[in-house]
Amino acid sequence: MMCTVCGCGEGETRIEGEEPHHDHTHEHTHAHRHGDGHDHGHDHHHGEPGDLHYGKGPARAHAPGMDQARMIAIEQDILGKNDQYAAANRGRFAQLGVLTLNLVSSPGSGKTTLLTRTLRDLKEEMPLAVIEGDQETSNDADRIRATGVPAIQVNTGKGCHLDAHQVGHAVDHLGLQEGAVLMIENVGNLVCPAAFDLGEAHKVAILSITEGEDKPIKYPDMFHAADLLLLNKIDLLPHLQFDIARCMEYAQRVNPGIQILQVSATTGEGMDQWYRWLRLNREARLVGHATAAEPKPAEVPA
Amino acid sequence: MHEMSLCESVLQILESEAGRQGFSRVKAVWLEIGELSSVEIDAMRFSYDVVTRNSLADGSTLEIIRVPGTAWCMQCAQSVNIKQRFDACPDCGSYQLQVTGGEEMRIKELEVE
Repeated sequence: MMCTVCGCGEGETRIEGEEPHHDHTHEHTHAHRHGDGHDHGHDHHHGEPGDLHYGKGPARAHAPGMDQARMIAIEQDILGKNDQYAAANRGRFAQLGVLTLNLVSSPGSGKTTLLTRTLRDLKEEMPLAVIEGDQETSNDADRIRATGVPAIQVNTGKGCHLDAHQVGHAVDHLGLQEGAVLMIENVGNLVCPAAFDLGEAHKVAILSITEGEDKPIKYPDMFHAADLLLLNKIDLLPHLQFDIARCMEYAQRVNPGIQILQVSATTGEGMDQWYRWLRLNREARLVGHATAAEPKPAEVPA
Repeated sequence: MHEMSLCESVLQILESEAGRQGFSRVKAVWLEIGELSSVEIDAMRFSYDVVTRNSLADGSTLEIIRVPGTAWCMQCAQSVNIKQRFDACPDCGSYQLQVTGGEEMRIKELEVE
C-alpha cells in the first residue's frame, strides 16, 4: 500500500504484509564524535565531558536581521502531525464502534501473557484484534495468532514507541470488525510511548509486582497518562517484598484518577474485574451505535 | 530515545514551512520545552544535530526555552511551581495538584534565509 500523506518520523518501520515505504534511514547517527579539531565557542552543559557537538557556531551569537535572515514565528506543536494521525485513527474507531486500548509497560511485565489469556477468555464473547509493537521479530504476533485472534506485528526498528501513523497503517491491514476491541501492545518502554497518542480510548499500564513498587514515581509520565493500572503477577505476592498499598499510593500521587486492579494472568485471579472493566467500556462505546454486536432496535411499522 | 523522533518531526515541520513561507535555509530554531514534558535536553540537542545533517537546517542553532512546571493546588486554591509530576504542593504538602503548564513541546520561531 502506498502512503500518500506520509509524514512519520521513523525510517525503519516494518508492518507485516507491507513493503517498507520509508527508507530515509539516518545512518550517520554517531558520525560526529570529536577529533575533527574544530572549535566550539558555546558552552552547553553536556551529560558527558566535552564529547558531543550540538550545532555549529556560537550559540546566542547570531543576530537576526543580518544579511537576508529573517525571523518567523510558527508556534507549532512538535507532535502536531502525530496528533493529527491520532485524531484520524480515533475518528475511524468511533465510526466502527471499536474500543481501542494502548497497553504500555516495561519489558517483562507479563503483558503478552496477560493479553493472550484475555483473548482466549473473551474471543467467543466479542470481536478482538491486536496490533503488536516490538523493535524486532514477529514472535509476539505469532503468540497472539495462536489464540485465533487476528494480529499485525509492527516492528519499529530503532524506534522506541509506536506512533499514530504506524497504527493507521496496521489498521488498514487488520480489517477491523464493528464493535471490536482493539488491543495495541506498545513497545515495552515506560518513557517514550507516554508522549505518542495513537488514537486510543485509554492507555492501560501493566506493572508486575516483581518490579519496584516505586515505578509510578520513577516513570511518572506514563502512569499519569494511563487510565487503568493492572498490577500483574499478584500470585507471587507471598514470595516478594512488594508493598501494594505504597505502590497504589505512588500511582495515585502522579494520577489521582487512576483505577487500579490486581490481577494474575497465570492463575486468573482478579481477571474477572479486568474483563468487567473491558465489557463496560466496550458497552459504553456501543451505546447508540448500530452494530451486529448490539441487538438491533425493533423495526417501527410504517 | 524518542528525542530522535521529536527532532524528525521538527525537521518535517521546517521542510513544510520552507515551501509555504519561501525560505531555503534555517539558521536557528527556538523550541519551547516544558519541564514536565519527558524530554531530555541533552538527547534533544544531540538528536537535532544528527537529524538535521544534510538538510535545510544543517548547522543551525537549537535554542531551548524551558517552561517551568506549574500546577493548580486544590487545597490552597492557587497556582504553584513544581519540578516533577509527583511533587507535593510546596505550600501545603497536598498531592491534589492539577498540572497547568510545563508540558509544552512546541516550535516557537525560526531564523531563516
